[in-house]
Amino acid sequence: MLDALFFRNWLTATADAVDREAERLTELDSPIGDADHGSNLRRGFRAVAAVLEKETPDTPGAVLMLAGRQLISTVGGASGPLYGTLLRRTGKELGDAPEVGPARFAAALRTGVDAVAALGGAAPGDKTMLDALAPGIDALDDSLGTFAAAREAALQGALATTPLQARKGRASYLGERSIGHQDPGATSSALLFEALAETADGIGGASREGSRG
Amino acid sequence: MRMLINVAETVVADALRGIAAAHPELTVDVENRVIVRRDAPVEGKVALVSGGGSGHEPLHSGFVGPGMLSAALPGEVFTSPVPDQMVRAAAAVDSGAGVLFVVKNYTGDVLNFDMAAELAEDEGIQVAKVLVDDDVAVTDSLYTAGRRGTGGTLFVEKLAGAAADAGMPLERVEAVARRVNENTRSFGVALSACSTPAKGGPTFDLPSGELELGVGIHGEPGRERRPMMTSREVADFAVNAVLEDLAPHNPVLLLVNGMGGTPLLELYGFSAEIQRVLVERGVAVARTLVGNYVTSLDMAGASVTLCQVDEEMLRLWDAPVRTPALRWGC
Repeated sequence: MLDALFFRNWLTATADAVDREAERLTELDSPIGDADHGSNLRRGFRAVAAVLEKETPDTPGAVLMLAGRQLISTVGGASGPLYGTLLRRTGKELGDAPEVGPARFAAALRTGVDAVAALGGAAPGDKTMLDALAPGIDALDDSLGTFAAAREAALQGALATTPLQARKGRASYLGERSIGHQDPGATSSALLFEALAETADGIGGASREGSRG
Repeated sequence: MRMLINVAETVVADALRGIAAAHPELTVDVENRVIVRRDAPVEGKVALVSGGGSGHEPLHSGFVGPGMLSAALPGEVFTSPVPDQMVRAAAAVDSGAGVLFVVKNYTGDVLNFDMAAELAEDEGIQVAKVLVDDDVAVTDSLYTAGRRGTGGTLFVEKLAGAAADAGMPLERVEAVARRVNENTRSFGVALSACSTPAKGGPTFDLPSGELELGVGIHGEPGRERRPMMTSREVADFAVNAVLEDLAPHNPVLLLVNGMGGTPLLELYGFSAEIQRVLVERGVAVARTLVGNYVTSLDMAGASVTLCQVDEEMLRLWDAPVRTPALRWGC
Protein backbone atom coordinates (compact mmCIF):
# COMPACT_ATOMS: atom_id res chain seq x y z
CA MET A 1 0.00 0.00 0.00
CA LEU A 2 1.06 3.54 -0.72
CA ASP A 3 0.69 6.12 2.01
CA ALA A 4 1.13 9.89 2.31
CA LEU A 5 4.85 9.54 2.94
CA PHE A 6 5.27 7.54 -0.26
CA PHE A 7 3.70 10.38 -2.23
CA ARG A 8 5.76 12.99 -0.45
CA ASN A 9 8.86 11.00 -1.28
CA TRP A 10 7.75 10.68 -4.89
CA LEU A 11 7.37 14.44 -5.25
CA THR A 12 10.63 15.12 -3.45
CA ALA A 13 12.35 12.65 -5.80
CA THR A 14 10.71 14.45 -8.72
CA ALA A 15 12.01 17.77 -7.39
CA ASP A 16 15.50 16.26 -7.21
CA ALA A 17 15.23 14.84 -10.72
CA VAL A 18 13.99 18.16 -12.12
CA ASP A 19 16.82 19.94 -10.33
CA ARG A 20 19.32 17.53 -11.82
CA GLU A 21 17.87 17.73 -15.33
CA ALA A 22 16.84 21.40 -15.38
CA GLU A 23 19.59 22.53 -17.70
CA ARG A 24 18.90 19.72 -20.14
CA LEU A 25 15.18 20.54 -20.16
CA THR A 26 15.97 24.19 -20.86
CA GLU A 27 18.39 23.12 -23.58
CA LEU A 28 15.66 20.98 -25.21
CA ASP A 29 13.31 23.95 -24.95
CA SER A 30 15.73 26.25 -26.83
CA PRO A 31 15.31 25.23 -30.45
CA ILE A 32 11.53 24.75 -30.34
CA GLY A 33 10.36 26.77 -27.34
CA ASP A 34 11.67 29.67 -25.32
CA ALA A 35 14.41 28.08 -23.28
CA ASP A 36 12.88 28.11 -19.83
CA HIS A 37 11.19 24.75 -19.22
CA GLY A 38 13.89 23.59 -16.81
CA SER A 39 14.08 26.77 -14.78
CA ASN A 40 10.27 27.05 -14.57
CA LEU A 41 9.76 23.47 -13.38
CA ARG A 42 12.67 23.71 -10.98
CA ARG A 43 11.10 26.77 -9.37
CA GLY A 44 7.77 24.94 -9.07
CA PHE A 45 9.00 21.63 -7.70
CA ARG A 46 11.31 23.35 -5.23
CA ALA A 47 8.24 25.16 -3.95
CA VAL A 48 6.38 21.82 -3.80
CA ALA A 49 9.16 20.20 -1.77
CA ALA A 50 9.21 23.20 0.57
CA VAL A 51 5.46 23.28 1.17
CA LEU A 52 5.27 19.52 1.73
CA GLU A 53 7.95 19.80 4.37
CA LYS A 54 6.05 22.58 6.10
CA GLU A 55 2.50 21.30 5.91
CA THR A 56 2.92 17.47 5.90
CA PRO A 57 -0.60 16.50 4.75
CA ASP A 58 -1.50 13.02 5.98
CA THR A 59 -3.31 11.40 3.05
CA PRO A 60 -2.06 10.65 -0.48
CA GLY A 61 -4.88 12.74 -1.92
CA ALA A 62 -4.04 15.76 0.23
CA VAL A 63 -0.35 15.53 -0.67
CA LEU A 64 -1.11 15.57 -4.39
CA MET A 65 -3.72 18.32 -4.14
CA LEU A 66 -1.37 20.57 -2.19
CA ALA A 67 1.48 19.91 -4.61
CA GLY A 68 -0.75 20.64 -7.60
CA ARG A 69 -1.96 23.91 -6.13
CA GLN A 70 1.62 24.90 -5.45
CA LEU A 71 2.65 24.22 -9.05
CA ILE A 72 -0.25 26.32 -10.39
CA SER A 73 0.79 29.16 -8.08
CA THR A 74 4.48 29.16 -8.89
CA VAL A 75 5.28 27.82 -12.37
CA GLY A 76 3.24 29.90 -14.81
CA GLY A 77 3.35 29.19 -18.52
CA ALA A 78 1.51 26.15 -19.76
CA SER A 79 3.39 23.67 -17.59
CA GLY A 80 2.11 25.23 -14.36
CA PRO A 81 -1.60 24.64 -15.02
CA LEU A 82 -0.96 21.32 -16.80
CA TYR A 83 1.26 19.69 -14.16
CA GLY A 84 -0.82 21.32 -11.45
CA THR A 85 -3.97 19.82 -12.91
CA LEU A 86 -2.33 16.41 -13.26
CA LEU A 87 -1.53 16.25 -9.56
CA ARG A 88 -4.68 17.95 -8.32
CA ARG A 89 -7.05 15.75 -10.28
CA THR A 90 -5.15 12.62 -9.31
CA GLY A 91 -5.25 13.69 -5.68
CA LYS A 92 -8.92 14.59 -5.82
CA GLU A 93 -9.68 11.15 -7.27
CA LEU A 94 -7.88 9.46 -4.37
CA GLY A 95 -10.16 11.27 -1.92
CA ASP A 96 -9.23 11.00 1.74
CA ALA A 97 -8.08 7.37 1.80
CA PRO A 98 -5.12 7.05 4.22
CA GLU A 99 -3.48 4.44 1.94
CA VAL A 100 -4.09 3.33 -1.63
CA GLY A 101 -3.11 0.26 -3.59
CA PRO A 102 -1.17 0.54 -6.85
CA ALA A 103 -4.26 -0.25 -8.94
CA ARG A 104 -6.29 2.52 -7.36
CA PHE A 105 -3.40 4.91 -7.77
CA ALA A 106 -3.06 3.95 -11.44
CA ALA A 107 -6.76 4.59 -12.00
CA ALA A 108 -6.54 7.98 -10.29
CA LEU A 109 -3.45 8.92 -12.25
CA ARG A 110 -5.30 8.09 -15.45
CA THR A 111 -8.01 10.56 -14.43
CA GLY A 112 -5.26 13.12 -13.94
CA VAL A 113 -3.74 12.40 -17.35
CA ASP A 114 -7.18 12.65 -18.98
CA ALA A 115 -7.67 16.04 -17.28
CA VAL A 116 -4.36 17.23 -18.73
CA ALA A 117 -5.45 16.13 -22.20
CA ALA A 118 -8.77 17.95 -21.79
CA LEU A 119 -7.20 21.16 -20.46
CA GLY A 120 -4.53 21.37 -23.14
CA GLY A 121 -6.76 20.01 -25.89
CA ALA A 122 -3.95 17.68 -26.92
CA ALA A 123 -3.73 14.00 -27.79
CA PRO A 124 -0.80 11.60 -27.94
CA GLY A 125 1.19 12.29 -31.12
CA ASP A 126 0.91 16.09 -30.81
CA LYS A 127 4.45 16.26 -29.41
CA THR A 128 3.53 17.27 -25.87
CA MET A 129 3.87 15.89 -22.34
CA LEU A 130 1.02 13.49 -23.16
CA ASP A 131 3.42 11.51 -25.33
CA ALA A 132 5.14 10.37 -22.14
CA LEU A 133 2.17 10.45 -19.76
CA ALA A 134 -0.14 8.31 -21.90
CA PRO A 135 2.27 5.38 -22.49
CA GLY A 136 3.40 5.66 -18.87
CA ILE A 137 -0.11 5.26 -17.51
CA ASP A 138 -0.94 2.52 -20.05
CA ALA A 139 2.10 0.52 -18.93
CA LEU A 140 1.17 1.05 -15.30
CA ASP A 141 -2.26 -0.44 -16.00
CA ASP A 142 -0.94 -3.34 -18.09
CA SER A 143 1.71 -4.29 -15.59
CA LEU A 144 -0.66 -4.09 -12.63
CA GLY A 145 1.27 -1.26 -11.11
CA THR A 146 4.88 -2.09 -11.88
CA PHE A 147 6.47 1.32 -11.75
CA ALA A 148 9.60 0.16 -13.59
CA ALA A 149 7.53 -0.71 -16.67
CA ALA A 150 5.84 2.68 -16.53
CA ARG A 151 9.21 4.40 -16.28
CA GLU A 152 10.48 2.63 -19.38
CA ALA A 153 7.30 3.29 -21.38
CA ALA A 154 7.28 7.00 -20.49
CA LEU A 155 10.94 7.34 -21.37
CA GLN A 156 10.43 5.63 -24.73
CA GLY A 157 7.41 7.86 -25.31
CA ALA A 158 9.52 10.96 -24.68
CA LEU A 159 12.27 9.75 -27.01
CA ALA A 160 9.69 8.98 -29.69
CA THR A 161 8.62 12.64 -29.85
CA THR A 162 11.79 13.57 -31.79
CA PRO A 163 10.49 12.82 -35.31
CA LEU A 164 7.03 14.28 -34.61
CA GLN A 165 5.72 17.65 -35.78
CA ALA A 166 4.34 19.69 -32.91
CA ARG A 167 0.64 20.48 -33.05
CA LYS A 168 0.14 22.10 -29.66
CA GLY A 169 2.02 24.62 -27.58
CA ARG A 170 4.66 27.03 -28.66
CA ALA A 171 6.60 24.50 -30.74
CA SER A 172 3.59 24.24 -33.06
CA TYR A 173 4.42 27.69 -34.46
CA LEU A 174 7.50 26.17 -36.07
CA GLY A 175 5.50 23.73 -38.16
CA GLU A 176 7.81 21.28 -39.89
CA ARG A 177 10.81 22.88 -38.25
CA SER A 178 9.75 21.35 -34.94
CA ILE A 179 10.66 17.93 -36.36
CA GLY A 180 13.94 16.47 -35.12
CA HIS A 181 13.81 17.79 -31.56
CA GLN A 182 12.80 15.86 -28.46
CA ASP A 183 9.86 17.49 -26.71
CA PRO A 184 10.86 19.10 -23.40
CA GLY A 185 7.42 18.56 -21.84
CA ALA A 186 7.41 14.85 -22.63
CA THR A 187 10.94 14.67 -21.24
CA SER A 188 9.94 16.23 -17.92
CA SER A 189 6.87 13.98 -17.76
CA ALA A 190 9.15 10.95 -18.09
CA LEU A 191 11.02 12.27 -15.04
CA LEU A 192 7.81 11.97 -13.02
CA PHE A 193 7.64 8.25 -13.80
CA GLU A 194 11.35 7.86 -13.20
CA ALA A 195 10.99 9.38 -9.74
CA LEU A 196 8.00 7.12 -9.12
CA ALA A 197 10.01 4.01 -9.95
CA GLU A 198 12.91 5.23 -7.82
CA THR A 199 10.60 5.85 -4.90
CA ALA A 200 8.99 2.44 -5.22
CA ASP A 201 12.38 0.72 -5.59
CA GLY A 202 14.25 1.80 -2.56
CA ILE A 203 13.34 4.94 -0.80
CA GLY A 204 9.66 4.00 -1.03
CA GLY A 205 10.15 0.70 0.80
CA ALA A 206 12.01 2.36 3.64
CA SER A 207 9.54 5.17 3.91
CA ARG A 208 6.57 2.82 4.19
CA GLU A 209 8.14 1.31 7.29
CA GLY A 210 8.95 4.74 8.62
CA SER A 211 5.45 6.02 8.19
CA ARG A 212 3.72 3.45 10.35
CA GLY A 213 2.66 4.20 13.87
CA MET B 1 26.93 37.37 -21.69
CA ARG B 2 26.28 41.08 -22.01
CA MET B 3 23.35 41.85 -19.77
CA LEU B 4 23.00 44.58 -17.21
CA ILE B 5 21.52 42.36 -14.53
CA ASN B 6 22.36 40.98 -11.11
CA VAL B 7 21.29 37.35 -11.42
CA ALA B 8 18.71 35.76 -13.73
CA GLU B 9 16.43 34.86 -10.80
CA THR B 10 15.82 38.49 -9.81
CA VAL B 11 15.50 40.29 -13.16
CA VAL B 12 11.73 40.65 -12.90
CA ALA B 13 11.74 41.81 -9.29
CA ASP B 14 14.60 44.22 -9.96
CA ALA B 15 12.71 45.76 -12.88
CA LEU B 16 9.58 46.11 -10.76
CA ARG B 17 11.51 48.02 -8.12
CA GLY B 18 12.67 50.34 -10.89
CA ILE B 19 9.15 50.85 -12.19
CA ALA B 20 7.95 51.64 -8.66
CA ALA B 21 10.68 54.23 -8.19
CA ALA B 22 10.16 55.86 -11.58
CA HIS B 23 6.36 55.91 -11.59
CA PRO B 24 4.76 57.05 -8.34
CA GLU B 25 1.45 57.15 -10.22
CA LEU B 26 1.48 53.34 -10.11
CA THR B 27 1.21 51.00 -7.15
CA VAL B 28 3.75 48.23 -7.56
CA ASP B 29 3.52 45.09 -5.46
CA VAL B 30 7.00 43.71 -6.09
CA GLU B 31 6.50 40.53 -4.08
CA ASN B 32 3.26 39.47 -5.76
CA ARG B 33 4.12 41.05 -9.11
CA VAL B 34 1.07 43.19 -9.59
CA ILE B 35 1.16 46.73 -11.02
CA VAL B 36 -1.98 48.79 -10.46
CA ARG B 37 -2.84 52.38 -11.36
CA ARG B 38 -2.82 54.26 -8.11
CA ASP B 39 -6.35 55.61 -8.36
CA ALA B 40 -7.91 52.13 -8.82
CA PRO B 41 -10.59 51.00 -8.38
CA VAL B 42 -12.18 53.79 -10.42
CA GLU B 43 -15.79 54.14 -9.33
CA GLY B 44 -18.32 52.88 -11.86
CA LYS B 45 -15.72 52.03 -14.51
CA VAL B 46 -14.84 48.67 -16.01
CA ALA B 47 -11.28 47.62 -15.18
CA LEU B 48 -8.80 46.22 -17.71
CA VAL B 49 -6.26 43.63 -16.59
CA SER B 50 -3.57 42.16 -18.77
CA GLY B 51 -0.29 40.43 -18.35
CA GLY B 52 2.06 37.93 -19.79
CA GLY B 53 5.65 36.94 -19.69
CA SER B 54 8.24 39.57 -18.89
CA GLY B 55 10.64 40.56 -21.65
CA HIS B 56 8.06 42.37 -23.80
CA GLU B 57 8.38 45.76 -22.12
CA PRO B 58 6.83 48.25 -22.26
CA LEU B 59 3.97 45.73 -22.80
CA HIS B 60 2.17 45.41 -20.33
CA SER B 61 3.58 47.32 -17.36
CA GLY B 62 4.19 50.44 -19.47
CA PHE B 63 0.52 50.56 -20.48
CA VAL B 64 -0.99 50.92 -17.00
CA GLY B 65 -2.77 54.17 -16.32
CA PRO B 66 -5.81 56.28 -17.18
CA GLY B 67 -7.12 55.47 -20.65
CA MET B 68 -5.52 52.05 -20.86
CA LEU B 69 -4.87 49.19 -18.38
CA SER B 70 -5.96 49.18 -14.75
CA ALA B 71 -3.40 46.53 -13.83
CA ALA B 72 -0.59 44.53 -15.37
CA LEU B 73 0.93 41.25 -14.26
CA PRO B 74 4.43 40.35 -15.32
CA GLY B 75 5.30 36.67 -15.26
CA GLU B 76 8.78 35.23 -15.39
CA VAL B 77 10.67 36.03 -18.59
CA PHE B 78 8.54 34.74 -21.51
CA THR B 79 6.37 32.76 -19.06
CA SER B 80 2.79 33.68 -18.34
CA PRO B 81 1.89 34.96 -14.88
CA VAL B 82 0.11 32.65 -12.45
CA PRO B 83 -3.61 32.79 -11.54
CA ASP B 84 -2.85 34.14 -8.06
CA GLN B 85 -1.46 37.34 -9.57
CA MET B 86 -4.47 37.74 -11.84
CA VAL B 87 -7.02 37.23 -9.09
CA ARG B 88 -5.17 39.62 -6.78
CA ALA B 89 -5.12 42.25 -9.52
CA ALA B 90 -8.79 41.75 -10.41
CA ALA B 91 -9.75 42.21 -6.76
CA ALA B 92 -7.63 45.37 -6.52
CA VAL B 93 -9.11 47.11 -9.56
CA ASP B 94 -12.73 45.95 -9.64
CA SER B 95 -15.13 48.72 -8.74
CA GLY B 96 -18.10 46.42 -9.10
CA ALA B 97 -18.45 47.17 -12.83
CA GLY B 98 -16.44 44.10 -13.79
CA VAL B 99 -13.02 43.24 -15.17
CA LEU B 100 -11.88 42.51 -18.71
CA PHE B 101 -8.90 40.18 -19.04
CA VAL B 102 -6.88 40.88 -22.18
CA VAL B 103 -5.13 37.62 -23.03
CA LYS B 104 -2.55 36.99 -25.73
CA ASN B 105 -3.14 33.68 -27.45
CA TYR B 106 -0.39 31.50 -26.04
CA THR B 107 -1.20 28.20 -24.37
CA GLY B 108 0.21 29.27 -21.01
CA ASP B 109 -1.50 32.64 -20.89
CA VAL B 110 -4.84 31.13 -21.91
CA LEU B 111 -4.73 28.36 -19.30
CA ASN B 112 -3.69 30.63 -16.44
CA PHE B 113 -6.22 33.37 -17.27
CA ASP B 114 -8.97 30.73 -17.60
CA MET B 115 -8.19 29.43 -14.13
CA ALA B 116 -8.01 32.98 -12.78
CA ALA B 117 -11.37 33.91 -14.30
CA GLU B 118 -13.02 31.02 -12.50
CA LEU B 119 -11.39 31.91 -9.20
CA ALA B 120 -12.26 35.61 -9.56
CA GLU B 121 -15.87 34.77 -10.34
CA ASP B 122 -15.92 32.62 -7.19
CA GLU B 123 -15.02 35.82 -5.35
CA GLY B 124 -17.96 37.63 -6.90
CA ILE B 125 -16.02 39.56 -9.53
CA GLN B 126 -17.64 39.75 -12.96
CA VAL B 127 -15.02 38.77 -15.52
CA ALA B 128 -14.93 38.85 -19.31
CA LYS B 129 -12.01 37.72 -21.44
CA VAL B 130 -10.78 38.70 -24.86
CA LEU B 131 -8.17 36.71 -26.73
CA VAL B 132 -5.71 38.58 -28.94
CA ASP B 133 -4.55 36.55 -31.95
CA ASP B 134 -3.34 38.93 -34.61
CA ASP B 135 -0.23 37.21 -35.97
CA VAL B 136 -0.71 36.12 -39.58
CA ALA B 137 2.56 34.17 -39.60
CA VAL B 138 0.80 31.31 -37.85
CA THR B 139 -1.81 29.29 -39.65
CA ASP B 140 -4.86 29.08 -37.47
CA SER B 141 -5.60 25.40 -37.88
CA LEU B 142 -5.87 22.15 -35.97
CA TYR B 143 -2.15 21.78 -36.41
CA THR B 144 -1.05 24.77 -34.35
CA ALA B 145 -1.95 26.35 -31.03
CA GLY B 146 -3.65 29.06 -33.10
CA ARG B 147 -2.48 32.51 -34.02
CA ARG B 148 -0.26 34.28 -31.55
CA GLY B 149 -1.08 37.58 -29.90
CA THR B 150 1.60 40.14 -30.73
CA GLY B 151 1.59 43.84 -31.68
CA GLY B 152 -2.20 43.96 -31.93
CA THR B 153 -2.33 43.71 -28.15
CA LEU B 154 -1.41 47.40 -27.95
CA PHE B 155 -4.43 48.38 -30.04
CA VAL B 156 -6.79 46.15 -28.05
CA GLU B 157 -5.55 47.55 -24.75
CA LYS B 158 -5.67 51.17 -25.91
CA LEU B 159 -9.10 51.09 -27.53
CA ALA B 160 -10.75 48.94 -24.88
CA GLY B 161 -9.10 51.07 -22.21
CA ALA B 162 -10.60 54.18 -23.76
CA ALA B 163 -13.99 52.45 -23.93
CA ALA B 164 -13.79 51.62 -20.23
CA ASP B 165 -12.69 55.16 -19.46
CA ALA B 166 -15.72 56.45 -21.36
CA GLY B 167 -17.90 54.54 -18.90
CA MET B 168 -19.11 51.77 -21.21
CA PRO B 169 -20.41 48.66 -19.45
CA LEU B 170 -18.39 45.44 -19.44
CA GLU B 171 -20.15 43.82 -22.38
CA ARG B 172 -19.55 46.87 -24.57
CA VAL B 173 -15.91 47.18 -23.56
CA GLU B 174 -15.52 43.48 -24.34
CA ALA B 175 -17.22 43.98 -27.71
CA VAL B 176 -14.85 46.84 -28.57
CA ALA B 177 -11.86 44.66 -27.67
CA ARG B 178 -13.15 41.84 -29.90
CA ARG B 179 -13.82 44.22 -32.76
CA VAL B 180 -10.28 45.58 -32.52
CA ASN B 181 -8.83 42.07 -32.53
CA GLU B 182 -10.94 40.99 -35.50
CA ASN B 183 -9.70 43.99 -37.48
CA THR B 184 -6.04 43.70 -36.55
CA ARG B 185 -3.21 41.69 -38.15
CA SER B 186 0.54 41.58 -37.59
CA PHE B 187 3.67 40.15 -39.11
CA GLY B 188 7.16 40.12 -37.57
CA VAL B 189 10.73 39.56 -38.70
CA ALA B 190 13.90 38.88 -36.73
CA LEU B 191 17.45 39.80 -37.66
CA SER B 192 18.86 38.18 -34.54
CA ALA B 193 17.77 35.78 -31.83
CA CYS B 194 17.19 37.26 -28.40
CA SER B 195 19.09 36.32 -25.25
CA THR B 196 17.10 35.22 -22.23
CA PRO B 197 18.61 35.81 -18.79
CA ALA B 198 17.97 32.15 -17.83
CA LYS B 199 19.90 30.84 -20.81
CA GLY B 200 22.47 33.64 -20.83
CA GLY B 201 22.77 33.55 -24.60
CA PRO B 202 20.82 33.52 -27.86
CA THR B 203 17.81 31.21 -27.90
CA PHE B 204 18.51 30.07 -31.44
CA ASP B 205 21.31 30.38 -33.93
CA LEU B 206 20.78 32.99 -36.63
CA PRO B 207 23.92 33.72 -38.63
CA SER B 208 24.41 37.33 -39.70
CA GLY B 209 23.40 37.69 -43.30
CA GLU B 210 20.15 35.80 -42.71
CA LEU B 211 16.79 36.75 -41.30
CA GLU B 212 13.75 34.95 -39.93
CA LEU B 213 10.37 35.80 -41.40
CA GLY B 214 7.20 35.38 -39.36
CA VAL B 215 8.52 35.44 -35.83
CA GLY B 216 6.54 35.83 -32.65
CA ILE B 217 7.70 37.66 -29.56
CA HIS B 218 9.36 34.88 -27.60
CA GLY B 219 12.65 34.49 -29.37
CA GLU B 220 11.33 31.48 -31.23
CA PRO B 221 12.35 31.04 -34.87
CA GLY B 222 9.84 32.09 -37.50
CA ARG B 223 8.19 30.24 -40.31
CA GLU B 224 11.00 30.69 -42.82
CA ARG B 225 14.67 31.69 -42.96
CA ARG B 226 16.06 33.70 -45.88
CA PRO B 227 19.20 35.55 -46.91
CA MET B 228 19.23 39.13 -45.63
CA MET B 229 16.79 41.48 -47.36
CA THR B 230 16.66 45.28 -47.57
CA SER B 231 14.23 47.31 -45.51
CA ARG B 232 12.24 47.85 -48.70
CA GLU B 233 12.03 44.12 -49.43
CA VAL B 234 11.06 43.28 -45.85
CA ALA B 235 8.35 45.96 -45.93
CA ASP B 236 6.90 44.51 -49.13
CA PHE B 237 6.95 41.00 -47.70
CA ALA B 238 5.44 41.96 -44.32
CA VAL B 239 2.67 44.18 -45.67
CA ASN B 240 1.74 41.61 -48.30
CA ALA B 241 1.54 38.94 -45.62
CA VAL B 242 -0.79 41.13 -43.56
CA LEU B 243 -2.94 42.22 -46.50
CA GLU B 244 -3.38 38.63 -47.66
CA ASP B 245 -5.39 38.22 -44.49
CA LEU B 246 -6.94 41.64 -43.94
CA ALA B 247 -8.21 43.63 -46.90
CA PRO B 248 -9.06 46.95 -45.26
CA HIS B 249 -11.82 49.09 -46.73
CA ASN B 250 -11.41 51.62 -43.94
CA PRO B 251 -8.32 53.56 -42.85
CA VAL B 252 -5.90 51.76 -40.58
CA LEU B 253 -3.89 52.44 -37.48
CA LEU B 254 -0.29 51.47 -38.21
CA LEU B 255 2.16 50.22 -35.61
CA VAL B 256 5.75 49.80 -36.74
CA ASN B 257 7.13 48.04 -33.75
CA GLY B 258 10.72 47.34 -32.77
CA MET B 259 11.58 44.02 -31.14
CA GLY B 260 13.95 45.63 -28.65
CA GLY B 261 17.27 45.51 -30.48
CA THR B 262 16.60 47.66 -33.53
CA PRO B 263 17.40 51.39 -33.33
CA LEU B 264 14.77 54.02 -34.11
CA LEU B 265 16.88 55.17 -37.06
CA GLU B 266 16.20 51.80 -38.71
CA LEU B 267 12.59 51.66 -37.52
CA TYR B 268 11.74 55.03 -39.04
CA GLY B 269 13.38 54.01 -42.31
CA PHE B 270 11.39 50.79 -42.24
CA SER B 271 8.27 52.78 -41.43
CA ALA B 272 8.82 54.91 -44.55
CA GLU B 273 8.94 51.73 -46.64
CA ILE B 274 5.78 50.42 -44.98
CA GLN B 275 3.96 53.67 -45.74
CA ARG B 276 5.14 53.44 -49.34
CA VAL B 277 3.74 49.91 -49.79
CA LEU B 278 0.47 50.88 -48.16
CA VAL B 279 0.07 53.82 -50.55
CA GLU B 280 0.83 51.49 -53.47
CA ARG B 281 -1.78 49.06 -52.19
CA GLY B 282 -4.35 51.80 -51.69
CA VAL B 283 -4.56 51.51 -47.90
CA ALA B 284 -5.13 54.80 -46.08
CA VAL B 285 -3.21 55.23 -42.84
CA ALA B 286 -5.12 57.22 -40.23
CA ARG B 287 -2.48 57.20 -37.44
CA THR B 288 1.05 55.87 -37.14
CA LEU B 289 3.02 54.78 -34.10
CA VAL B 290 6.72 53.93 -34.42
CA GLY B 291 8.81 52.56 -31.58
CA ASN B 292 9.62 49.65 -29.30
CA TYR B 293 6.27 48.71 -27.76
CA VAL B 294 5.87 44.93 -27.88
CA THR B 295 9.40 43.65 -27.64
CA SER B 296 11.27 40.40 -27.41
CA LEU B 297 14.15 41.30 -25.07
CA ASP B 298 17.15 42.30 -27.21
CA MET B 299 15.96 40.76 -30.45
CA ALA B 300 16.81 42.79 -33.55
CA GLY B 301 13.82 43.00 -35.83
CA ALA B 302 10.47 44.61 -36.28
CA SER B 303 6.81 43.87 -36.69
CA VAL B 304 4.05 45.57 -38.62
CA THR B 305 0.52 45.76 -37.26
CA LEU B 306 -2.49 47.15 -39.08
CA CYS B 307 -5.78 47.81 -37.33
CA GLN B 308 -8.71 48.75 -39.53
CA VAL B 309 -10.79 51.38 -37.77
CA ASP B 310 -14.26 52.86 -38.00
CA GLU B 311 -15.08 56.31 -36.63
CA GLU B 312 -15.73 55.12 -33.10
CA MET B 313 -12.48 53.14 -33.00
CA LEU B 314 -10.52 56.13 -34.27
CA ARG B 315 -12.08 58.31 -31.54
CA LEU B 316 -11.09 55.71 -28.94
CA TRP B 317 -7.53 55.72 -30.28
CA ASP B 318 -7.35 59.51 -30.07
CA ALA B 319 -8.81 59.60 -26.54
CA PRO B 320 -6.40 60.74 -23.81
CA VAL B 321 -4.04 58.17 -22.34
CA ARG B 322 -1.54 58.57 -19.51
CA THR B 323 0.77 55.61 -19.00
CA PRO B 324 4.56 55.27 -18.74
CA ALA B 325 4.95 54.25 -22.40
CA LEU B 326 1.92 55.70 -24.17
CA ARG B 327 0.80 59.21 -23.36
CA TRP B 328 -1.16 61.82 -25.23
CA GLY B 329 -4.07 64.20 -24.97
CA CYS B 330 -3.62 64.85 -21.27
